[in-house]
Amino acid sequence: MKLLTLNFLTCAIKTCKTSPASFPLHPRDAELEIIESEINLPFLRNILPRLMWEEIRVIASELGLPSLPTTPPTREDLVEGASQAQATEQAEGEAVAEVEEVPSQTAKDLHRILLETGIKEGKLVCGNCAHEYKVMEGVANFLLPGHLV
Amino acid sequence: MPEYLVRLVQVHESFRKAELLALAELGGVDIDFIHYKEDSPFAVVKLPSDLAAKKVVSRSILSQGVYELWGQGSTYKELHESIKAHSSSRWSRYEMAPFRFVLDGYRGAKSQTEQLEIINSFSYLGFKGPIRMRDAEQTFHVFEDYDDKAKTPKSLYFGRFVALSGRDAKTIYDLKKRHYISTTSMDAELALLTANMALAAPGKLFYDPFMGAGGFPLACAHYGAIVCGSDIDGRSIRGTGGSARKGQTGKMDVQGNFKQYKLEGQYLGALVSDVTNSPFRTVQTQGGPCHEGYLDGIVCDPPYGIREGLKVLGSRDQLNATELATHLERFQEEGYIPPKRAYSFTAILDDVMAFAATTLVVGGRLSMWMPTANDEDIELAVPTHGSLEMVSICVQPFNKWSRRLLTYRKVACEQAVAAGSGAARDPYAKGVKADELNDFRRKYFQGFKELERQRGEDGIRAAAGDGQGEDD
Repeated sequence: MKLLTLNFLTCAIKTCKTSPASFPLHPRDAELEIIESEINLPFLRNILPRLMWEEIRVIASELGLPSLPTTPPTREDLVEGASQAQATEQAEGEAVAEVEEVPSQTAKDLHRILLETGIKEGKLVCGNCAHEYKVMEGVANFLLPGHLV
Repeated sequence: MPEYLVRLVQVHESFRKAELLALAELGGVDIDFIHYKEDSPFAVVKLPSDLAAKKVVSRSILSQGVYELWGQGSTYKELHESIKAHSSSRWSRYEMAPFRFVLDGYRGAKSQTEQLEIINSFSYLGFKGPIRMRDAEQTFHVFEDYDDKAKTPKSLYFGRFVALSGRDAKTIYDLKKRHYISTTSMDAELALLTANMALAAPGKLFYDPFMGAGGFPLACAHYGAIVCGSDIDGRSIRGTGGSARKGQTGKMDVQGNFKQYKLEGQYLGALVSDVTNSPFRTVQTQGGPCHEGYLDGIVCDPPYGIREGLKVLGSRDQLNATELATHLERFQEEGYIPPKRAYSFTAILDDVMAFAATTLVVGGRLSMWMPTANDEDIELAVPTHGSLEMVSICVQPFNKWSRRLLTYRKVACEQAVAAGSGAARDPYAKGVKADELNDFRRKYFQGFKELERQRGEDGIRAAAGDGQGEDD
């Protein structure tokens, strides 16, 4: 499971979900894997405002990945020289709209962390109830045992 | 706006118009239906331009292509007159282009000599370009629509080819060629159609809560979406525990499917989870009753309880103290299997609706399949939710039952209807056995007796055998 999914997941226990400590889940003993893929600017642009940035930073630092900036990047930060491109676009009308966008280093870093890095084996731990969810073969198991349903 | 002819396919009729409307919405294109009939593969629509026509049809699964309509009529005389009256201004544009003519008959055909004669009757168009059967720059189609077993066509259309549809994806994703499938994998054509209805597209995030072998996420990824999924049965995701395909050995899993179609980069991964105890986060908008979502689309085919049991976490009976203690003691052991219980189908549909209302972004779509008996009396009510607006209901009929593809759109908070879910609140939620919980399942295994009886009373001989009615 790619790290981006962790930005959408909390503890599955209903009473836990309402507690802010249940999000994000904390990876423990995680074995990471990297599956390289082509950078997807439209997706990064779309998902950026939906990200819980502070939580991504927490996970990245817990996994020992390169630290992310404290303030979330904006959509403009994802492409190289975005402000310039906009200026020329205004000057020459629609003609330059088709110019290929060059992903910035910020976009590449985000892509690396969110969409190429995944947890292969390990555990995800709830910060509220300490329940552990196992990750096996890249698939996390969120089924709750009998006494917790 | 100019008129275009969409050559549809004559299958899944009730899905065709809904699919074109969905694709038009996705492409931001205005489409007006001038002529559309369920029993005809020819639809006449108004579209702003060739480019717009291509945008809409090039992804369509239930059409073959789109053509700029130059004329129509019920006889060749009428057709020629119509072409002369409506399109003469366009002729000169294609005067020198290499071209070809194609005759396409629906439920009828002409011999080669007759075809040639028909094509030659268009000589007044004055095309001087070379005729090329391959690599022609312009292709002109004559369409003939026959009544069943009729000798002469009832209507004729003439058009210039604009774009092919995306129907070839159906062959690429054919289950027979797919690396890993399960017993209840959705047919590729319908899975792709579902992805179209839910507006899967580049840049979007899609989720399937009942993924099984991952057919729906795969279809959404084909259209460029980033996808993830979950299932209560982890074996179907990891692929261990055998394959439904005879003689298949080795590691066959959902990941492998994405590898096969080179879509691995779009697969976020999968979870083993239960819809009633989902780990997906639900962020409350500050001070409001509505939720800020993060999913662009949800596509799913929930288990009907026929071929795939409908189970959720929990136990059939309340656990007593000793049992609770045993679970507490054992749950961390290798091989511990959490208890599951049968669940009501109507309730799970409501759960999916509530989940979608929480996690979808405004404008995001939910496309979900549900079965129903072909009998008015026991028709399952279509689930509703205050935050989800119905977009379309498409029906795939079988012999004694049918299934429907329901598509909803999440509406902005201000437009949400306060009533919330509840219209389909489940009267069987208190039952414990699968049959008590699932009305459809009970009817199915009774062989839809009520329907049979009704048919008998109507003097119609009940159809023998089950036919294709088992497709789950």
